[in-house]
Amino acid sequence: MLTDEVGQGGTPASGPGNNAGHRGGASQNLVQLITPQGERVSHPEYDPWVRDISDEQLGSLYEDMVVIRRIDTEATALQRQGELALWPPLLGQEASQIGSARTLREDDFVFSSYRDNGVAYCRGVDLTDIVRVWRGNASSGWDPYTVNLAVPQIIIGSQTLHATGYAMGIQNDGADSVAVAYFGDGATSEGDVNEAMVFAASFQAPVVFFCQNNHWAISEPVRLQSHIQIADRPAGFGIPSMRVDGNDVLAVMAATRVALDRARRGGGPTFIEAVTYRMGPHTTADDPTRYRDANELEDWAAKDPIRRVKALLERKGLMTEEFEAAVQRKADAVAREMRAGCIGMPEPEPLDIFKHVYSTPNSWLDRQQDHYSRYLASFGDHAGADSEEGGYSRYVASFGDPAGADSEEGAR
Amino acid sequence: MTQMTFARAINSGLRKSLEHDPKVILMGEDIGTLGGVFRVTDGLQKDFGMHRVVDTPLAESGIMGTAVGLAYRGYRPVVEIQFDGFIYPAFDQIVCQVAKLHYRTQGHVKMPITIRVPFGGGIGSPEHHSESPEAYFTHTSGLRVVSPSSPQDAYTMIQQAISCDDPVLYFEPKRRYHDKGDVDETLDLGSALPLEKARVITEGRDVTLVAYGPLVKTARDAAIAAADEGVSIEVIDLRSLAPVDYAAVEASVRKTGRLVITHEAGQSGGVGAEVAASITERCFYYLEAAPVRVTGFDVPYPYSKLEMHHLPSLDRILDGVDRALGRPNSLSGLEG
Repeated sequence: MLTDEVGQGGTPASGPGNNAGHRGGASQNLVQLITPQGERVSHPEYDPWVRDISDEQLGSLYEDMVVIRRIDTEATALQRQGELALWPPLLGQEASQIGSARTLREDDFVFSSYRDNGVAYCRGVDLTDIVRVWRGNASSGWDPYTVNLAVPQIIIGSQTLHATGYAMGIQNDGADSVAVAYFGDGATSEGDVNEAMVFAASFQAPVVFFCQNNHWAISEPVRLQSHIQIADRPAGFGIPSMRVDGNDVLAVMAATRVALDRARRGGGPTFIEAVTYRMGPHTTADDPTRYRDANELEDWAAKDPIRRVKALLERKGLMTEEFEAAVQRKADAVAREMRAGCIGMPEPEPLDIFKHVYSTPNSWLDRQQDHYSRYLASFGDHAGADSEEGGYSRYVASFGDPAGADSEEGAR
Repeated sequence: MTQMTFARAINSGLRKSLEHDPKVILMGEDIGTLGGVFRVTDGLQKDFGMHRVVDTPLAESGIMGTAVGLAYRGYRPVVEIQFDGFIYPAFDQIVCQVAKLHYRTQGHVKMPITIRVPFGGGIGSPEHHSESPEAYFTHTSGLRVVSPSSPQDAYTMIQQAISCDDPVLYFEPKRRYHDKGDVDETLDLGSALPLEKARVITEGRDVTLVAYGPLVKTARDAAIAAADEGVSIEVIDLRSLAPVDYAAVEASVRKTGRLVITHEAGQSGGVGAEVAASITERCFYYLEAAPVRVTGFDVPYPYSKLEMHHLPSLDRILDGVDRALGRPNSLSGLEG
């Protein structure tokens, strides 16, 4: 928005990832700074962007990845134990989420999807709040303005437009923060993502499109979504793009810094394709053995994002027993806190369903709420009981006791 | 008081809102340099700049989705959908995002988005330019849906919609754009009739006739015609379709005992169905006859040479009034 250059065509800043003139055909090389074996390889264009990352910071990135994998494992366990209704595992995508989210400033604003719980962790979302939605206790876990992270999006790709609009607002305000949209390979087929790129390019909005190509949209492989490499698409919109090894935390970090820097300097949007792999199911309700080959999973397990940083730290002599134990303690503590928060969450009240539909009084809804509270009150002492046998048992009981159906007394 | 057209009254209301609140931002196709295909935003970009009055790419979901992002950022976007039939690409963003975000964020994020939609027929347009999609939105919780019927209401209600913290669909009766009326531009929003209140346009004793948007004028004309025959019709301009001001309709029906509802939209699942059902629930024992709906047919909007058969006319409304009164009418003798 809102610049006088609108319609003049984008003028992307120079630097890595500026391939706006790229015409497809020859695909982009994958940017990689750490090999799957843990070897730090140099890359003249991207090295400068992570030159400041100290050994200590590398260790901290490792810890973050271990912690969010632990969060993921714990949440999956909580689902298996019936404490969560559902959980969408991020297993395998730790480097993509940590490498990008740890690069953001506090005043940047993130629009993520349901699988980006590692991003939520980095933004400072309370651990209990991460699982609140998945326990069915709320429709969202946190106040977006306290962590500058929107509530995660389930409608695929929708949030790319929200990020673009937010970025237009940033531009209008004359700020130098950036809006970041997280989405997956499946989302790139959605009209909204393509419209977001049109708007972002036309208005040169300070937005980063961070696409985690995890190769699967439930059961559909990425080749069904795109006939060319995903990173080759943004060029058609006049948006520079980068294709990075999404299992390489340093490469992701470098690419994200390139994109953020461009956005902050008024250079407009950037698209990052982080090539990674969803090692788990789509959600705990999914069974990937029905549609994908076990060999594929093995191949990707060999490119595990955490193992390669561990190997790098070992090469550097930093993976001491003491360090490893400290990381493990941290991960376990986080898991314990999340579990306790999950199980200890207060149950919502029945009339909470009427809250916040509108921000101002609404005569229709007020009446429905009034009628439903009278209905609940009609159970007297039983109202508010929420066990399966008890509860609003006038009818529940009569199902099990036909004889009692005619008698209010009997049914209660 | 100033005499102005309906379209100019909206323009004036938009101007007031732009002046009053720097967070108000207008977005839409052709609304800037051109001033909108109906010239409703005429001159606003020139006066407020392209940062405040934004010509957007031709993508309705894109417009709505970026409006959501702007609202997240604290703006009050006023989105123009160029024609009623073009709103559907934005339907997902409206229903899944605009309508639900306040609820989903437990009140932390407000969506004070106003969605202006020129709607309805009667101007001889090609297809997709004459539709009445309001019921899709009245069915959607989290939205408010309004439709002004006079220049004065157009002027005040657009400002009320913009200042409302909830998302508001603002349906503009496009065939009334050129109708003129007196507008008091000094009217204080605080003293104006609240956005969700209905207004009794014509008082009457025998039948309550509920209309909104483009058909309020037709309903008023019908009441004048009926008065010549000694039938006293009370015309209610609903103004707000979600929520409906049932207290107002109920008070009238308790007095008249008869209810006719008219709208251009098709009958099934329409606003009329909801009003008929709710009034029946609320004051069944006051009704002397079953509520009557006089509406467009459940057909795709017809080509322009036939649209006058589809649109409720003064005569068709009076035929419905006769039915409610048990007087001879086109369906006399038919059962059910």
